[in-house]
Amino acid sequence: MSFRQAYWDEPLLMEKRSAPEVPIDVSELVPPKLRRVGLAIPNLAEFDVVRHFTRLSQMNFGIDTGFYPLGSCTMKFNPKFTEELAALPTVARIHPDQDEATVQGALRLLYELQGILAKIAGMDAVTLQPAAGAQGEYTGLLIASAYHRDRGETRNQVILPDTAHGTNFASAGMLGYDIVEIPSKDGRVDLKALGSAAGDKTLAFMLTNPNTLGIFEEHVLEIADVVHAAGGLLYYDGANFNAILGRTSPGKMNFDIVHFNLHKTFTTPHGGGGPGAGPVGVKKALEPFLPVPLVSLNGRGYHLDYDRPKSIGKVRAWYGNFALLVRAYAYILRMGGDGLREVSDRAVLNANYVRHRLQGVLDVPFGSLRKHEFVASAASLATKGIRTVDLAKRLMDFGYHPPTVYFPHLVEEAMMIEPTETETKETLDAFVEALTKIVGEDPDVLRSAPHNTAVRRVDEVRAAREPILSARMAKAAKPAPS
Amino acid sequence: MPSDEVEMLRAIGLQSVDDLFADIPAAVRIPKLDLPDGLPEDVVVARVTSMLAANKTVVDMPTFLGGGSFDHFVPASVRAITARSEFYTSYTPYQPEISQGLLQALWEYQSLMCELTGMDAANTSIQGGKVFLIPRALRHHRRAVLANYLVGTGVKVREVDYDRATGMLDLGKLHEALGSDVCGVYVENPNFFGRFEEQLQEIRDATKAIFVVGVNPIAQAIVRPPGDFGADIVIGEGQPLGTPMNFGGPLLGIFACRQEHIRKMPGRVIGLTRDANGHRAFCMTLQTREQHIRREKAMSNICTNESLLAVAAATYLSVLGSNGLRRVAADNIRRARGLAASIDKISGFTAPIFRGAHFNEFVVRHKKGYPAVHRALLEKGVHGGLPLGRQLPELRDSALFATTGRHTLEAVARLLAELEAFR
Repeated sequence: MSFRQAYWDEPLLMEKRSAPEVPIDVSELVPPKLRRVGLAIPNLAEFDVVRHFTRLSQMNFGIDTGFYPLGSCTMKFNPKFTEELAALPTVARIHPDQDEATVQGALRLLYELQGILAKIAGMDAVTLQPAAGAQGEYTGLLIASAYHRDRGETRNQVILPDTAHGTNFASAGMLGYDIVEIPSKDGRVDLKALGSAAGDKTLAFMLTNPNTLGIFEEHVLEIADVVHAAGGLLYYDGANFNAILGRTSPGKMNFDIVHFNLHKTFTTPHGGGGPGAGPVGVKKALEPFLPVPLVSLNGRGYHLDYDRPKSIGKVRAWYGNFALLVRAYAYILRMGGDGLREVSDRAVLNANYVRHRLQGVLDVPFGSLRKHEFVASAASLATKGIRTVDLAKRLMDFGYHPPTVYFPHLVEEAMMIEPTETETKETLDAFVEALTKIVGEDPDVLRSAPHNTAVRRVDEVRAAREPILSARMAKAAKPAPS
Repeated sequence: MPSDEVEMLRAIGLQSVDDLFADIPAAVRIPKLDLPDGLPEDVVVARVTSMLAANKTVVDMPTFLGGGSFDHFVPASVRAITARSEFYTSYTPYQPEISQGLLQALWEYQSLMCELTGMDAANTSIQGGKVFLIPRALRHHRRAVLANYLVGTGVKVREVDYDRATGMLDLGKLHEALGSDVCGVYVENPNFFGRFEEQLQEIRDATKAIFVVGVNPIAQAIVRPPGDFGADIVIGEGQPLGTPMNFGGPLLGIFACRQEHIRKMPGRVIGLTRDANGHRAFCMTLQTREQHIRREKAMSNICTNESLLAVAAATYLSVLGSNGLRRVAADNIRRARGLAASIDKISGFTAPIFRGAHFNEFVVRHKKGYPAVHRALLEKGVHGGLPLGRQLPELRDSALFATTGRHTLEAVARLLAELEAFR
């Protein structure tokens, strides 16, 4: 497959010729001390602004553009009908402080989504408030801590496997907890290591299942027993939920807390990095600690329940990323229980197919069967002077977004591939063929890749050494590179 | 079963899809999801549309709510750009060469935020002493979220009351609250009451602690930026810049700071650099602050943020330009002032209750209390402002009213006509 990305030598907004400023008298409106002089936002014709951002969009690669096997991020097709629904005035033009009686449709949708997500996860109650997965983790840990405190226990140790997402470490770190990292054994949690780490200080053990290697932790019930015997809680990082829909659930695996990434499993668009949505589900014993408000139903209709004395309070304004919650709700109705199970079936089939076909091209450590993703290693190519980053950059020349690279850390020269369910066999075959071809190419071609993208390899070291984060900083620094 | 699935299974050497799940122990398996079967697209669209039709929008019902979420007009071009699927179906631009478009748009967003706030650096959005001073008059959910985000820092908050006559921060109380244990001071301009905070310089001069100012980005068009007053960090809610209210989410957290703080800034940051051929290029930078590199020592746990809203904000500001944005800001002030004056003329009402300059919100008091007014308005299909009693008991007779350029003359007339009934 050949590919050439558009390139426009598009000036910065601030470099465009601005129409003259129109003076405006605000002397009656703003006190003298606060009156602004000068505002350097260019005045451009609307058609020129649209062209500017359209050109920029052509120098960007999305799922609609091509295959995007970015491991752990679940870059699958975002249905278009959910975009239309989210743009309805009955979504866009309702204010979050409106009287409950005037937003019964929105509250009903939230109420039903709470229930649906609880069912999918095998949990008893769900909050839709967190804005994304990492905030879900933070919320889950606050809930865990409140639960222990309520029982008169102070626990401040979070155990994490070495395969855990960076966000797990960061969430626990922000909360000031002690982090105990345990090494994996054969790509799975080492029960012995977990057993020696768990104790009366254990707040929670956070686990992704299947883990970031795409391996199902088949000893999950034993893991739960160890954690629970120590008095800790078991936290399910829902980043990999796309692998298990209709096959198992966090509740069935004895997890106590789970966060969902609606922008992954339930395909709300990733938006170039967000917004997402990170609801959190819990078992009954933890329900009192969920953030306020929950949406409840009583004789008078749907309402926002703030009367929750043990609640941890709030983690963000209002009720969550409503416009995303609408999309996820509609997607779930569209797929249904049967369709969601097929989602995981095909996601797991696609991943295993690609893994199988890459045998002999790249190493895939830790046995065979995977769930929705797998981690290959380019370590054996080091003798040719090729690193994973080179493979990743070269893949772009063939019209693919590279997989996640250099994660998880326990695999050397890691390349984490998640095809998702919304890809055809032809696409997967073509990707494998491209990667096979690349591995056999002249190493210099790889090291100088990409060649067909809008720009050539970007100097990230320079960007970090002399940070230029705004037009203002660019002006203050040396003349900007042209 | 479609034939390519059979082929793929055969290639792997498996008989059925179930074999792919053989590693899930029987004890944790579930037979299926306990949900109804899927529905055709048209049925889902009809069902969800009908469910949401139970909502009364601000078009159906003149609504005078603000408090952090505003119904500003959004030019259609903004949605046309954010609906470009090259943008909205992409993710965090980990691979800069193939993501230059988004990176440039986000860098332009950062630049625009710096211009509005008078800061050097901004991130592409988000969500250290012992005591942080915050205004007592602060939207209650902001206070609640702050409390949860301070858990791991050991920092406590101390409230500073407002001046009962002006609604601005009470400088006397500020001086009483300041001490050697104070590491930071937070104020908002305009503040919770919509009142411009005219004492930014006095507050800055009162302390050497980190000075954080919360802003409304539209007001910034005509208001001197916090950077002029020596602010260290500027934050703000970016929703007014081209994103609809959406019942409170998604929102856009603006975060900008002085250059000396950039290596402690949370969230994703885009830097300007060059490519191997010397062309201008952009990439995410200072990633050693972030969770995927620094893990538990990261400056935040942010992974997914609000990028698409940042693109919307950049597009919105570009379409309006400085001329358009200033017009919007000035128009908001005039409308709020006009509305307040009209309400104030109705016997029994006072608006605004604080003297001095406001942006697009103001506090309305009714001498017999506001809650009854609020209920009566709702019965007549008009949504009044945010009742303040739950948060500030001394203002239980008052509410926070907001207006934007979108309130029609008819909407305002309906409100005033209903308020007349309380004369």
